[in-house]
Amino acid sequence: MNSVILNAATRILVPLLLVFSLFMTLRGHNDPGGGFIGGLIGSTAFIFYAIAFSTAEARSALRIEPEQLAIIGLGLALLAGLVSIVFNEALFTGQWLFLGASEGEKGLPISSVLLFDIGVYLVVMGGILALVFALEEEV
Amino acid sequence: MELLLSASVGILVAAAIYLMLSRSLLRFLFGLTLISNAANLLIFASGRLTAGAPPLIPEGAYAPVGDVANALPQALVLTAIVIGFGLFAFSLVLAIRAYSELGTLETSNMRLAEPRPDLRPDPSTATSNETSAG
Amino acid sequence: MSWLLTFPLILPFATAVLAYLARKSSAGRWISVAGSLLALVAALALFVTVSDEGVVSAQMGGWDAPYGITLVADMLSAVMVLLTTITGLSVAIYAMGEINPAQEKLGYHSIFQILLGGITGAFLTGDLFNLYVWFEVMLIASFGLLIMGGKPTQIDGAVKYVTLNLIATVMFLSGIGLLYGVTGTLNMADLHDAVLASDRPGLIVILSMFFLIAFGMKAAVFPLFSWLPASYHTPTFAASAIFSALLTKVGVYSLLRTFTLIFTLDPGFTNAVLLWVAVLTMVVGVIGALAQTEIRRILSFQIVSSIGFLILGLAIHSPLAITGAVFYLIHNVIVKANLFLVSGVIARVTGGTDLRLIGGMYRTAPLLSVLFLIPAFALSGFPPLSGFWPKVLLVKASLDQGMWVVAAVALIVSLLTILSLMTLWSEAFWKPHPEAREPSLATLGSDRLALVLPIAALGLLTLLIGVFPQPILEISEQVAAQLLSPDLYLTAVRGVLP
Repeated sequence: MNSVILNAATRILVPLLLVFSLFMTLRGHNDPGGGFIGGLIGSTAFIFYAIAFSTAEARSALRIEPEQLAIIGLGLALLAGLVSIVFNEALFTGQWLFLGASEGEKGLPISSVLLFDIGVYLVVMGGILALVFALEEEV
Repeated sequence: MELLLSASVGILVAAAIYLMLSRSLLRFLFGLTLISNAANLLIFASGRLTAGAPPLIPEGAYAPVGDVANALPQALVLTAIVIGFGLFAFSLVLAIRAYSELGTLETSNMRLAEPRPDLRPDPSTATSNETSAG
Repeated sequence: MSWLLTFPLILPFATAVLAYLARKSSAGRWISVAGSLLALVAALALFVTVSDEGVVSAQMGGWDAPYGITLVADMLSAVMVLLTTITGLSVAIYAMGEINPAQEKLGYHSIFQILLGGITGAFLTGDLFNLYVWFEVMLIASFGLLIMGGKPTQIDGAVKYVTLNLIATVMFLSGIGLLYGVTGTLNMADLHDAVLASDRPGLIVILSMFFLIAFGMKAAVFPLFSWLPASYHTPTFAASAIFSALLTKVGVYSLLRTFTLIFTLDPGFTNAVLLWVAVLTMVVGVIGALAQTEIRRILSFQIVSSIGFLILGLAIHSPLAITGAVFYLIHNVIVKANLFLVSGVIARVTGGTDLRLIGGMYRTAPLLSVLFLIPAFALSGFPPLSGFWPKVLLVKASLDQGMWVVAAVALIVSLLTILSLMTLWSEAFWKPHPEAREPSLATLGSDRLALVLPIAALGLLTLLIGVFPQPILEISEQVAAQLLSPDLYLTAVRGVLP
């Protein structure tokens, strides 16, 4: 599509959407959000880009094939489930590490759940982009 | 409220079946979207409705306070929507491919994989069915 | 204990990830084979444990049943997972010979492994909604394999496969929603109790019909089977082999599971419906097979006919009948995969799959012809091959119940099966090639070992089961006993500690 307004708006929207998708992913565990929603928002950034410029441009902006992104995400999610093997707990049991935790302070929570969410983020983003790019190129 | 939801499920299913009886693949797919949304709504209604009480645990508590909405059907519906979305997107791509490869979206004309038995098979298509040597 | 259950499930997905990352080199196919081999070992370990110690179960993430997702393996699940990995490994090896680098680049082996993972998940889950999710994983992966290559016939077949399977999906989902509305749970063990305690038994019998239609469509029973012969002859031979061996069997497994564990309120009614379905499926399937001239379409209709025998066991519902059905299931998975693999070699050697265009196989490759004869005779139920024993059991079970007509139909269908497979034999193997072109084994080239090895291995397995049926019979009896009195299953799921 050749529209000056869309092109200009996309330049601003794409980084905003990407940052917002990260924000949504990170707040996910205790508040509404998470990897799935993050992935959806993140993929809209690239979809905007593909509509405003071209699918080829969007593909090169993504740098990595969407299918590959999805499968890497699947691998990460699987890995997150496997972390509990080290602690001899049931598969996909959340493992938490609170960095710098003290008496009153919770610290920075790092968990296998976060890794799982990142995996979901990549699967959703890769899957949707693969489909949308295929649709765009087919028409 | 359940009554309203049940009625809309019924209307959606009726509309979907009308569309799915069509011979056009595209109409069929639209019918399929409608009926899968009807199924989602059905699951949602099956979980009973609790208005205005999201199943969130307030800060500092270990369990939700008071009566909250049933979260399970919501989770099920979310999963079903995601899967349905993926399947629908796939079938749309497939429909476009079918249109460009077969030149039609009329399901009664799609007989390439199941040709009429009285027609003598064309050797060229018979061998093209076989996979090429790896 | 939980690891035994999760390894057969995790391994295919891990293999899929690695195989995708290595898809541009030849390493991908080796990863696929290695992963399948590991999965076979894991499934064997699971099977040995289950047959020694009884039903095992585990909770994902340590959340208790019925809130968490339960994985549970009784004998039926363990046997099915073992069969999945056996055929998975065979087809993975076969795919090394068949799949070309272009298809590998699109991620063939990866999608294949995801399909295996989805099938394994469906066999291991103890939760109805989770079963739906695994069905979808399986379905999406099968879409990928079905259209890979993008030939017009494939697209045509895929349109029918996709649309009709999506209707089954919606039926399944609606059934789940309504069942949850009535009982308030979706854990299968919990559902067993909830259904027995329900004050609306009539409603639950109606709901069971949703599941009968949904699973029946997946299993390709009459009159819901038309998607199967419309699509199974279009993809690569490796893909159609795994489809024919396992996808319909997942539907049968789900029917066996739900109609022995959950929907047991009105067996008189459901079994009568199932009996009609079974008889019509057997008959229509074999008649369809007789009318076809394309090898894989003949075999596709044979799948439909076999499904009839499986449902027949469930419909008669006596211990002997279920034993027969399970034995038939074991035999059928191996034989069906093998027949489709053989058809791939026939196509390679003679240049086609339409019986009117090919011939001369016996003269070119007498040994290969024997490899075809083993599964073909086994399928039609010749003693002493593997198909004979389950058919004896099923016929005996129906005679025990005084169902003379059913037994007669089963025997006639077996005769017609022989007829259809012998037509295939005389056309493809005995008749000289119509174009007077000498078919040549040289077309197999360097792929020869990868193509023939799995066929020979599965043929050997068929022979072994046929000659030594006792162990398989005992396993089938155990499965039937566990299905008909699900106490072990129930205590295993309830008794899981976090």
